[in-house]
Amino acid sequence: MSELRASRLASRIGGLVLVLVALALPLVLSDFWLQAGLFVMATAIGAIGLTLLVGVAGQLSLGHAAFAAIGAYVYAWSTGESTTTVGGAGLPPVVGLLLAAAVSALIGAAFSPVAGRLRGIYLGLATLGLVFVVRHLLVNLDQWTGGFTGRNVAPFAIAGFSFSNKSPDFLAVAGVEFEGLHRLWYLFLVLALAAAWLAGNLRSGRTGRAWANVRDSETAAAAMGIGVARAKASVFVVSSAYAGVAGAMLALAYGRIAPDVFSLTASVDFLVMIVLGGLGSVGGAVVGALFVTALPLVLAEYSGSLPFLAAPGSGGLDPSTASRIVYGLAIIAVLLFLRGGLAGAARRLRHRASRTPAAPPAASTANPGTASPSTQDDGHPAEVTPSRSKETTR
Amino acid sequence: MSYFLEQVLNGLSYGLVLSLIAAGFAIVFTSTGVLNFAHGSIVLFGAYLVAVLHPTIGFWPALLVGMAGAALVGVLINTLLVRHLADPNPGTAAILMLGVDIVLLTELTRRIGNKVLTLGAPWGADVVRFGDVSLPAGRVVAAGVTVVAFAGLWYLFSRTDLGVGMRAAAADGPTASLMGIRLSRTAATGWALAGVLAAVAGVFLTSFPAPGVAPTVALSAFAAIPAWVLGGFDSVPGAVVGGLLIGLTSALVTGYEGDLSPFLGTGFGEVAPYVVMIVVLLVRPSGLLGSKEAVRV
Repeated sequence: MSELRASRLASRIGGLVLVLVALALPLVLSDFWLQAGLFVMATAIGAIGLTLLVGVAGQLSLGHAAFAAIGAYVYAWSTGESTTTVGGAGLPPVVGLLLAAAVSALIGAAFSPVAGRLRGIYLGLATLGLVFVVRHLLVNLDQWTGGFTGRNVAPFAIAGFSFSNKSPDFLAVAGVEFEGLHRLWYLFLVLALAAAWLAGNLRSGRTGRAWANVRDSETAAAAMGIGVARAKASVFVVSSAYAGVAGAMLALAYGRIAPDVFSLTASVDFLVMIVLGGLGSVGGAVVGALFVTALPLVLAEYSGSLPFLAAPGSGGLDPSTASRIVYGLAIIAVLLFLRGGLAGAARRLRHRASRTPAAPPAASTANPGTASPSTQDDGHPAEVTPSRSKETTR
Repeated sequence: MSYFLEQVLNGLSYGLVLSLIAAGFAIVFTSTGVLNFAHGSIVLFGAYLVAVLHPTIGFWPALLVGMAGAALVGVLINTLLVRHLADPNPGTAAILMLGVDIVLLTELTRRIGNKVLTLGAPWGADVVRFGDVSLPAGRVVAAGVTVVAFAGLWYLFSRTDLGVGMRAAAADGPTASLMGIRLSRTAATGWALAGVLAAVAGVFLTSFPAPGVAPTVALSAFAAIPAWVLGGFDSVPGAVVGGLLIGLTSALVTGYEGDLSPFLGTGFGEVAPYVVMIVVLLVRPSGLLGSKEAVRV
């Protein structure tokens, strides 16, 4: 037990150090890295929502980008001023952000007749349709969305303090001028931490256990008194709300949104993030978001100094092609060799490190069948370490 | 009236091409339980091989190479990747295929670039007339070939040991294995069959009236997913029904777009298959002809 407490303390301290670093980063980073960080934090929230749905509850979704689009456009419409070409409600940005989450959640709930009845990859196929339907609506409802070319997004503000370059016009901390990007950084950091904290609590609480139970066996879950359809619908609603907030944040980070931002590729990117990080792991989702979002930006920024990359359009290996191939290969490699993604690998490492001094595992990989008589539900011998990739408790 | 008839024939012939792709999804799913998101890339790969090879070796040999190449890619994906998943279940397999699709599609897109490759098909841009209704010759050939292909599939699955073995393996893998059916062989056959069908469909998807082989073909192959889901996940006849339904829907919606656009918006033809799919899934979660036992999750 004390070992568990020690490892929990260690991870708390590690998390605190990371937060402190994140707080200090705007003092030293250039605008490029700040912008990249904003995208990472926005997509990380979307990935956390998706990992609850896919990792914890075992339902596949290819429609995450559709809910992000809904959040982004609800925020842009509700905070925007009405002009001759596009409408807007001119509401305060805080209300807009809440509306983004609420409307996405509501539309997720409206999808619950489908989400509650289908499971696993079947739900994944049904949600595939959502991306196309939402895109069609975004292009055609141009009096609200600005159509194919999109619309501008009003900057965030709380009580007269704007998260842009104006109002106050000049703000400096420790000699560094805090412009829109710096201010948004802190807003996003607060939102991301709140999202991660909430997701962690949901996952390890009663709700999350019910979701995991539905994932492992719907029959067993029903026998335990869990309303299966209700559980599946509720996780879908929660993940839609997360996507809505992520979409609103992406809108703020871009400053202008268009339907192409929220294509099927964006949905797949969210899935890639959580698979790389490890399904069901909140920390893994954040690391996955960092990798998937930052990789193309970094490769594009430094393509000039990387010898194997060619300029876009020259027929050689341009940065965006290279980053897509790298992360396609990364998914394949993680799924083949790294059970539980990066989070699973980290957990196994930590476990091994804490166990080796006391008692080295007597029978290691040589004969796992006899070393650990417990087998997993799919019939494969369990790993020597008791931790499982999808476990919900630590 | 002839306009309506033309749209219907167009839709049905396009639907038959979609059903070739949808049948590929269904065969891979029943033989290995994998939702093959890379199928669109395999379709493109088959068509790409034909487009690249036809100037040197002629169209028909190039088509054979394309079919063999697409089949080989499928078999390799199964033996090298799917069978070595660290945590084998339908969800991770589907995500693995998304990864494979990203790699294949990115590489093919890079090779094709901005060009639109011609196919060199003997029917070219000819148009066949029936009275006052005209139809692209490629579509007529496609309809004939598809009917022959499905007759062949029916023969395989009902009259040959291999096909019956594949059905047994899909129904109950461990038992079939005890009866002496080699699961590795039935799985490989399934992937190879899907690859062959994909290459043939790729050729028809890229012939006239389509401009030629371009990366967007992989996306139009995506339209076969609603067809497959509609028909039922494990049913080859379902794939035909679903393909025809989706082909007809999108042809009619596109053909009458002028009348429909005031309330459906422009470009609804691309969305209509997915709308139909969601509606059918609401009413029948296992598709029109799918069997309930086929739920493998």
